This record gives sequence, structure tokens and C-alpha cells, in this order.
Amino acid sequence: MAKKKRRSMLYIPGNNPAMIQQAGVYGCDAVLLDLEDAVALNQKDAARILVRNMIQTVNFYNTEVCVRVNNMHTPFGLADLEEIVPLQPDNIRFPKTETVEDVREFMKEVRRIESEHGIEEPGMTIHVMIETAKGVANVYDIAAADPRIDAITIGGQDLTADMGIIKTPDGVGIDYARKRIVMAGKAYNLDVLDTVFADVNDEEGLREETEYIKKIGFAGKALINPRQVDVVHEVFNPTENEVRKAYRVYSEFIKNKNAGIGVFAIDGKMVDAPVVQRAITVLEYANIDLKEIEKSVR
Amino acid sequence: MKNAIGVEIPEFIEGLGKLEPYQGVWKSIIEDEVPATNISRTLKAKKPHTSKVCDNLEVAIKKCNPFNGMTVTFHHHLRGGDHVLMATIKILDQLGIKDITLASSSLTSAHDGLVPYVENGMITKIFTSGIRGQLGEIISKGKLKYPAIIHSHGGRVRDFLTGRIKPDLSVLAAASADEEGNATGAYGPSAFGSMGYADIDARYSKNVIIVTDNLVEYPCVPCTIRQHFIDFVVQVDSIGDASKIASGTTRITNSPMDLRIAKIAASVIEHSGLFKNGMSFQVGAGGASLAVAKFLREDMKRKDIKGSFMIGGVTSYGVDMLNEGLFQSIFDVQSFDAAVSTSVLNNPNHIEITCDQYANANNCGSMTNKLDVVVLGALEVDVDFNVNVITGASGEIRGASGGHSDTASGASLTVIVCPSFRGRLPIIQNRVHTVVTPGESVDVIVTERGVCVNPSKPNLAAALKKAGITVVDIRDLKKEVEKMTGVPAEKKLGEKIVALVEYRDGTIIDVIYNVENLS
Repeated sequence: MAKKKRRSMLYIPGNNPAMIQQAGVYGCDAVLLDLEDAVALNQKDAARILVRNMIQTVNFYNTEVCVRVNNMHTPFGLADLEEIVPLQPDNIRFPKTETVEDVREFMKEVRRIESEHGIEEPGMTIHVMIETAKGVANVYDIAAADPRIDAITIGGQDLTADMGIIKTPDGVGIDYARKRIVMAGKAYNLDVLDTVFADVNDEEGLREETEYIKKIGFAGKALINPRQVDVVHEVFNPTENEVRKAYRVYSEFIKNKNAGIGVFAIDGKMVDAPVVQRAITVLEYANIDLKEIEKSVR
Repeated sequence: MKNAIGVEIPEFIEGLGKLEPYQGVWKSIIEDEVPATNISRTLKAKKPHTSKVCDNLEVAIKKCNPFNGMTVTFHHHLRGGDHVLMATIKILDQLGIKDITLASSSLTSAHDGLVPYVENGMITKIFTSGIRGQLGEIISKGKLKYPAIIHSHGGRVRDFLTGRIKPDLSVLAAASADEEGNATGAYGPSAFGSMGYADIDARYSKNVIIVTDNLVEYPCVPCTIRQHFIDFVVQVDSIGDASKIASGTTRITNSPMDLRIAKIAASVIEHSGLFKNGMSFQVGAGGASLAVAKFLREDMKRKDIKGSFMIGGVTSYGVDMLNEGLFQSIFDVQSFDAAVSTSVLNNPNHIEITCDQYANANNCGSMTNKLDVVVLGALEVDVDFNVNVITGASGEIRGASGGHSDTASGASLTVIVCPSFRGRLPIIQNRVHTVVTPGESVDVIVTERGVCVNPSKPNLAAALKKAGITVVDIRDLKKEVEKMTGVPAEKKLGEKIVALVEYRDGTIIDVIYNVENLS
């Protein structure tokens, strides 16, 4: 099965029923139902109940559903888990993860709740958010801390606050963190997802930032407005030329594989396993079924 | 008697006469002789070198010999900023005139002041393409003596030509005019662009008064309304509130939902088979429908498509597309913002047209018949693709027929854009409360949750599916939405007919009953 795309992950405040019921129609790859920063302290209970109910009733179509719970060190974290874990959304996102111990602590609770609800083969995966300098320092260990972690993400606003700097449009203050988190994620085959771009009216700024984070290895970006979806997809989607090239590489790869040949050349350039892997990634982003290519080659 | 969509139509209504039931989009036009008799223009005479200019509107109106039972007509180019209609009605009231038939091309929130005149019986009949606000409420409650006639823009012209509307006095606001009554909307402090709706009034009314706040040296050129139709000219301090008439430029909506729907609609157009050089196009001025133009503009640039013409109500967004060379020309019956007025005035490819040329079903050159693609909004749609743009959730009159049915009938592809629900109300019904545009003339309904294609267009459905567009059966979509919203209770209606919806060929397509418990 093709790897799930996470180009666009749209934050929806957990206390906004109108937005939640429409979350699946905007064409984003994932929705992030937020119980944390988007919800005021006096709305935490209402948001938790609303998200719990709407996960069970709203059609999110093919959109991946992730719930961002509150940190376990707040009065709300455990209560969030008690309500959300039994529903097994596609993923739960843990904010402000700083240490391996943090991961162990919340995973212990996750597994306990799953066990209590008789969930023997949980499909829900875990996203960890790195939002502090300490988290950045420990990110390699965090990435490896639990096999259910399948994505790691940077929270730019909290990180700059923790670092005592201002988040600038060029992102220079969090550049090291971005790259370190990418490398940790890549080391453990995790999706690495970028922070939000706060100015919803600055389409060009969003495009520039997305082009940059794509170049350094992010798989996608968190969004705060559905209007940001198209720009991010345009950046992450391969161009027609890229797709044609990838199609050719994969077709030749299958032909050569069938003939027992591992390494071959196209237009004089060597094609080996990494080149094939890149071609597969491009084709998957273009929604092209690899099996169809394999059939056509036969 | 029942019409072709199963609505029971009275054969006769006192004060309005015999009614003809709707038979189908083209049936009466194709199969019948041109129904009714043409009326001829009123003969008028004026001695050389006498002045038409009157000191004020009251003087001009008195010179027109107003009488009980007369028909007074207006255009609605001043939209929500209009002061001329209400000023005229007040004068007629002061003169003791009663039993007036009001025939304004549309009525807006600027005309809430009509309420007491309807309630006291001074105004007894209304012909118009749109009714909103408090006026819509009291008509819905049955306060107008005879049922209002809701016609389309094209239908209004037809009603003048057949004598259904017999204009005795037309008071026409102009942004600039001269002493003879040559008049324009394109320049002046209250510029509003095209005067397309006013042409028929000027040509056929027994008495025509031009009212302007910018009396210019003779001759007023270029002009739309010509002097040989005009009886009197009045200069006033202001024809209306300029900020509500036409201001600035039109902005595309920021609503993510409208943008999402618009993007899907643009994709439908792109894969309809009509997206090619020479395409003609019309789009509404608000919300999701205008936003379709944004995405179509991008698609046209990307694929190097050059369209033929745009028509209809024109926004600055359309003007931008004209100036970028994406279309050869604009045919403008109504302009929506100040930037459009400038374009009407200065760009020879921005052509002001009359409503007759725009949308009259009973002529041989209606622009809507040349239209490839139109994108329109809806208050409600139903599983037979009928569209309601006139009555709201409680059955109250609160919208406008406008050019909806005119353009839908002529366009090769009619696209309706609407959310699948608003607030808690599902938009797709078993039957819309009021049919304005029949499903026979609607091809596609685009919602955020999928695209419904009229079963009469299977090839279109196949083409859209092939392009990866989510095509859903309209009944399935209705069920899906009702899972969230529930099924609304039946509207509680009275038994009094308060309005008739006249199709563009003069037949009656639907009947609106009074609403008893309108809050």
C-alpha cells in the first residue's frame, strides 16, 4: 500500500463544531483536532466532549484524523487520553515532548486505556511534537522511544518562545531545530512535519516557506486555514516532468528486475536502489498505482 | 390546473388576469407562435426649443398627470443606495395617488420604506425580479393586495413588450444627464456603470423622467438613454448613497468553504468539454460563484485559453480578466462596482447592453442563448435539480430571480454552486420550496461534498468522473447531509397566494403562499 501522504495537516479548534463537521471536505491530507493551544482553559472539557462525539459521527472522508491532546503535565492530558484513546483516531499528537521519559509516561497511559477497552491490536499511531530546546536536544532518543511513533513534528511558536527569540519570516531562529528534527526523523523512518505558517493572507510567504521545508526533508506542514491547503499541495506535488521521469525509472526498474538486473542506466545515468526509491516516492505523491505500472511492463 | 412540474396554478387571479401554466423550458417558445400581442411605443410630441428640465421631481411628476391605478417603473442599478424610488413614491402619496402598480426591475433593502405604502393600500401590485428585507416579510404575510409577480430579468422585458406591465410613469436615475434627457450611468459622482435595465422603461413608458445629480452641458456623451424617449429631466442633490451604489473593487471571498466549492466548480468547467478557446462565460457577483472566476482565471492562464465574451452583472474581477486578454469582450447589463463604471466608459470592448439583448426569451438575439457556461448560486436545490433563489428557510420571500432562469436556459453548461448545508439547514430538498429555475435547465450542482450531475447528462458525468471529480447521486448526497442536519420539519404555510413566480416565457412556474408564523 502506498505510504499515507501528510503534505497538509489542518488544525481545527476542538471547541468549534461547525469547523469540525466540515474538516473533511477541504482536501487536506489530515485534520488535527486540537484540544491544546487552540482551546481556552475554560473550554477544555467542552472541547474534549465535542471532539469525542464528532469523531464518532462526522464523515472525514479519506482525511487522516489526528487529535492533539494536552500535555500530560497539565490537568487535562490524562482526561483527554481517557476519552480519545478508546476511539482510536488515526493518530494522537503529544505536545511539548521533551524526554524519553515523557514518551514512556504517556505511552504507558495509552496502553493501559487500550487494554481496559479490550483494544488488542491498536492501529492508532503517535506523533510527538518537539517544542522546547530540551526536546530538540533529546530528539534522537525521543524518535526511537516507541515503535508506535510514526511522525515527529516541530512546534515553531512554542519553540521560539522557549528559546526567548522572535519567530521571524525567514525562520532562521528555528533552522537548526528543523534540520536536527528532520535528521532524527529520517534516522528512524518517521514522517517529519513542519510547524504552522501564521499569516493566512501571505500566500507567497507560505509558498516560500513550504518550498524550503520540502527541500530540507519535511514530509508536510501543519496549517491553520483551509485556504493554505492548495499552496502546500502545489509545492509538495511533483511536476509533470518529475512524474514522467519517475514513471520511466520505475518501468525500467521492473523490466530489469524481471531480467535479473539490479543496476542499470537511463540516458547514460546509473539507476540504483536510491534512485528507484525516489521515483517511487514521486509516483506515490502523484497518486499513480505502482501495480498498474508493473502490469503494463509485463 | 397543473403546470409541467406539477404545481397547481390558478387559472385566473383577480387583478392579474388569466394565467398560463409553465410547460417546459423551451416548449412555449419553440412550439407556440409568439404569445400575446406586441404593444407599440407611445407617440409623443414636443415643440422646438422648449425645456424638459423641471425644478424638482414633484413638478415633473405632476406634469405626467398621475392617476389612481397607474403603473410606475424604476430600474435597480442603484441597488442598496437608491433614493429615487422612495422619493417618487412619497410624492405620489402626497398627491393622493392610490392603487399603484410598482414595477421596479428589482427591489433591495433600500426599499424597506415601501412597507407602509403596501400596508395602507397605496401600492397594490408589484412586478419585480427580487424582493428582500422587510418588504419581503410583509408580502410573505399577505399584506400586498394582489400577489406579487416575480419575473426574471429577461421576463421583465417580455412583460413590457406584451403589455403585461403597462408603464405609465418611469422615473429613471442617471449618474449624468443633460437637459434633453440623454443619460448615462457610467460617469458622475454616483456612477453605477451600465443602465441596461432602464432601456425598456425609457422606450415603452408613457412618461419618462430622468433624475440625475450631475446635470451636464448638452450633449451628454457617451450616453445610454436617448433624448427622444424622455419627457422630463430633474436635477437633485443626490440620487442615492454612493457607498451603497458602487464602490471600490469587488473582492473575492475569503471563506474557505466558498473557495473550496468554487475550486471544484472550476474543475467541473475545465473538464466539461467547453473549456476551450472561444468559450463564453457568466458568473454571479458574490460568494462561491464569483470565486469560480478566480480559479477559472488561473486555469485559463495555465492552459492558455482565450475566451470569447463574458456577460451579465459585471464585477471588477471580470474587468481584470478582460484587461488581461482572457476574454475578448464583456457585454454588461449591470455593473457591480466603481471600477466597472470606468471600464464601461473607456474600454470599447466593454459593451453596455440592454436587458432585452441580454436575456429576453422573445427576441432573436438574446445573449444568454450564446452562453457556454454560467455559474449561479442557490438558496435550495432539489433532487430534480430545480433551484430556489427567492424564498428562505421559513418560506418567506427574501431573494431574487434576477437572470437565474434566463442564463440557465441558454447556457450549454449551467453550474449551481452551493454548500450542502447552511447552519443547520440542508440545501438539497425533495422539492424546493419555490422553483425559480427548473431542473431541466440545470446541469451540475457543486457542493463541498461532491458534484451532482443531472441524469440527463450522462456523458458529462462520465467525463467528470474520469477527471477524478467526486460525482455523487443527488439523493445519496441528500441522505448523507441529513445524517448531520436531520430532516427539517415541513414549512407551515397559509392558503393565500402572495406571489407568483413567472418563468421567462410569461408562464407561471410556481406559486408562493403566505407564511403564518414569520418571526
